[in-house]
Amino acid sequence: MKLNHLLLLTSLSISAYAAPQSFDFKDPKGVNNAIFKLDAPLESINGSASGITGTVSFDPENPAATTGKIVVASESLTVPNPMQKEHLHGANWLEVAKYPEITFEAKSLANVKTDGNATTADATGTFTLHGVSKDLTVPIKLTYLKDKLSARVPNLKGDLLVVRANFTINREDFNIQKGQYEDKVSPTIDLSLAIAGAAIAQ
Amino acid sequence: MKRALIRLAVLVVLASVVTWMATGTNRGWTKTSQTIKTLDPVTGIEGITYQPKFSPGVDFLGAAFAAGGLLAGASLLFRNNKPTNDKH
Repeated sequence: MKLNHLLLLTSLSISAYAAPQSFDFKDPKGVNNAIFKLDAPLESINGSASGITGTVSFDPENPAATTGKIVVASESLTVPNPMQKEHLHGANWLEVAKYPEITFEAKSLANVKTDGNATTADATGTFTLHGVSKDLTVPIKLTYLKDKLSARVPNLKGDLLVVRANFTINREDFNIQKGQYEDKVSPTIDLSLAIAGAAIAQ
Repeated sequence: MKRALIRLAVLVVLASVVTWMATGTNRGWTKTSQTIKTLDPVTGIEGITYQPKFSPGVDFLGAAFAAGGLLAGASLLFRNNKPTNDKH
């Protein structure tokens, strides 16, 4: 009977440990960012977005089961040139008032490789920009930092998950000035995401 | 008046070139903020913030040269000041 109890406790503790954790990507430190780059004749247009939220479900014992959704506030897209920023947000480009969010919802991972606390994979999901949703597969790197939340946010215990992704999209696929200004602004946009999410220990 | 406009045109062009050179000869577009990168030691993520800093670019130079050209062009509307001959 005692053995049965022990087995039950062991299996319960294993299942509790193996349960996927929900990581919240609303960053109190304001470090999370997405960088975008468009080539242009005089100077490439480089900018970033900081208004990042979302949640990712990650199981350190089974990274292949990772799913989640990352949301970028379109209004937070910034470039150092004020006129370019005005155009970027305006009616001819991103229409941020009409489409306030850019999202990527990861539904499945493939080619998952884990080495220590780092996992690389190809994430397939739906990318939504400018009101247009497309299925994309993007290479990602997940770094699981166990018990590191307190090092970043004092008085909070828990784990961190760093997500990095670099990929390229075509603005025409998202109805952004389709077929227009290709001699002035590249039709492809390089995107780079580096974000950290926190799972607070219960 | 003609001479004043030409002097002003030269002044506008020279001032813009000096400003452009003094602020780092930015060969791109004019910027009103500067990107500051900070490394988060825990996650290794490079955070990006913007600090206000005016950095005139080639568009600034172009606008200044255009303004100088307009002023110089406007000077053509005025005649040269002829020396007055008060001998009678």
